[in-house]
Amino acid sequence: MSAEVIIHRAGPGLTVQDFGRPGYLAFGLSRGGAADRLALAEGAALLGQGEACAAIEMAGTGGEFEVTGDVIIALSGAPMKASVDGERLPWNTTHVLGQGARLSIGGTEAGNYGYLHFAGGVGGRRLLNAEGAHLTAGLGRTLQAGDQIALGDCTAKGEAGMTLDVRPRFSGGTVRVVPSLQTHIFGESETARFEASEFKRDARGNRMGARFLPSGDGFQAASGLSILSEVIVPGDIQVTGDGTPFVLLSECQTTGGYPRIGAVLPADLPIVAQAQPGATLRFKFVELAEAVEIERRERDYRTKLHKAVRPLIRDPAQMHDLLSYQLISGMTAGDDMEREAQ
Amino acid sequence: MTQDASQPVDDWPVIRTVGFDGFLVSFSDHLSEGANRAALAFRNALEGESWSGVEETSTSLVSTYLRFDPLSQSHAQMRARLMSLLETQDWFEAPLHSGRKLWHVPTVYGTDMAPQLEEAALLAGMTAEEAIASVSQTRVRVLTIGFAPGQPYLGELANAWDIPRQTELTKAVPEGALTIAIRQLVLFSVSAPTGWRHIGQTALRLFHPEAEDPFVLRPGDEVLFEPTSPDALSAMRKEDRNGGATYEVLT
Repeated sequence: MSAEVIIHRAGPGLTVQDFGRPGYLAFGLSRGGAADRLALAEGAALLGQGEACAAIEMAGTGGEFEVTGDVIIALSGAPMKASVDGERLPWNTTHVLGQGARLSIGGTEAGNYGYLHFAGGVGGRRLLNAEGAHLTAGLGRTLQAGDQIALGDCTAKGEAGMTLDVRPRFSGGTVRVVPSLQTHIFGESETARFEASEFKRDARGNRMGARFLPSGDGFQAASGLSILSEVIVPGDIQVTGDGTPFVLLSECQTTGGYPRIGAVLPADLPIVAQAQPGATLRFKFVELAEAVEIERRERDYRTKLHKAVRPLIRDPAQMHDLLSYQLISGMTAGDDMEREAQ
Repeated sequence: MTQDASQPVDDWPVIRTVGFDGFLVSFSDHLSEGANRAALAFRNALEGESWSGVEETSTSLVSTYLRFDPLSQSHAQMRARLMSLLETQDWFEAPLHSGRKLWHVPTVYGTDMAPQLEEAALLAGMTAEEAIASVSQTRVRVLTIGFAPGQPYLGELANAWDIPRQTELTKAVPEGALTIAIRQLVLFSVSAPTGWRHIGQTALRLFHPEAEDPFVLRPGDEVLFEPTSPDALSAMRKEDRNGGATYEVLT
């Protein structure tokens, strides 16, 4: 029998996540899955296992975990304070979690979503071909103290003491956008102003999407146009009645009546998901052909991630430096992601 | 790539891109029976084509959506394929796909189970009895499914039902609530806040995550919401997973 994970303490936003459930849009179910898909791939690369293995997503803050048998774990996504029985663990690395040891994961130091991976994956309840919780659809639920989850049966190389240099994406930045079906109704001057504006991530947001406050006035579509509800996909930048953009994430609805000024490229969506309240974001339009090239490079980058995994040199003389390197400043109360989007 | 909104568009259908990896074929800018029929029929034809690189299709009220992998074929290639398929027939006149179902769904109209029947009837210029007759005798079509898993938008109802949504949201209608606005019905698959008026209550669960076939309704299915009493509905809710709803396959 495979080992189990015992959750002794759980932050408010702990869920099992994978790449979700594509293919049910016609039935009103969005694909869902990890908010930061690159982090899921990074954890899989660190453990030498398939990208589709489920992990525990931690929004804002982690929890306390124990396993019933020795297992290799990996930490990815938003860096968080982690320790085993009081010994600090660097992020973006793999470790042995011994049977009975207590893994404690605190709040994020930057970004919103951290991931705890286990060699073999975690075996959530499989519904509609995936294990990831889709809370708005009522699939799965948040993990609670007292839960016990079986580890999955993914084949993993699972070596402790490995690390991976990851793409920085935990403090906003510029995200690339393509025009979408309703971009034209904003007109050229509004889209130009949108591109020139700076936005601050609002506290309102969750796995469905994140709101961004413009430095100047809000954005308006051509007046008098009534817009019929149309299909929504993750990445869509929906402009609500007050002119504020809301970028839709993995657990978004499937249709919506607010006009969309553009769509964030999949490669840059992790930057949106990981932007903490107050982080600065800009949007930059690219041509569709360039977007295809960006996606080609992104997929290539992901397939080669496992080659970038290297041993973490734990020379005691360097330990202090290594640890401080992980101590990026910035903290939240940890509940930002729990506030309702609407 | 996109249509200029300042120009009136009378040349439907229109093909637009959706984000990085999607196309939307729209048959109108407002809901009509013909445009919805066209969207359903075109999606059905797309599914039948089984083009490589296509990852998913769906329909909204008047449009067909297609998601594909732009790395396996270009946007230009996919657009050309869509255009040539569009040209094969008049989609507004296309027959709907076979195998669709006609559902009979027992519904309690009004009472404290559905407290906004009289208010909605008044807006439509009818008595409660006339409203029940009008809604229950109209065979409505699942125009699209959205907002929540398995949740249908059905229509269209008689012109009198072109009533607005209320500005204040109802805090929550229960699962199975039948609600009305803008000549459409929404049958709720979850309990949710809404601006649609709650005129009927059913015991039909629309989404069964654990079942082999988790969704009860499909776009294009038709529904009759047949009046029943609160006591009868309560009994059907206990006895039957579909709350007394039955169907026949349309040929």
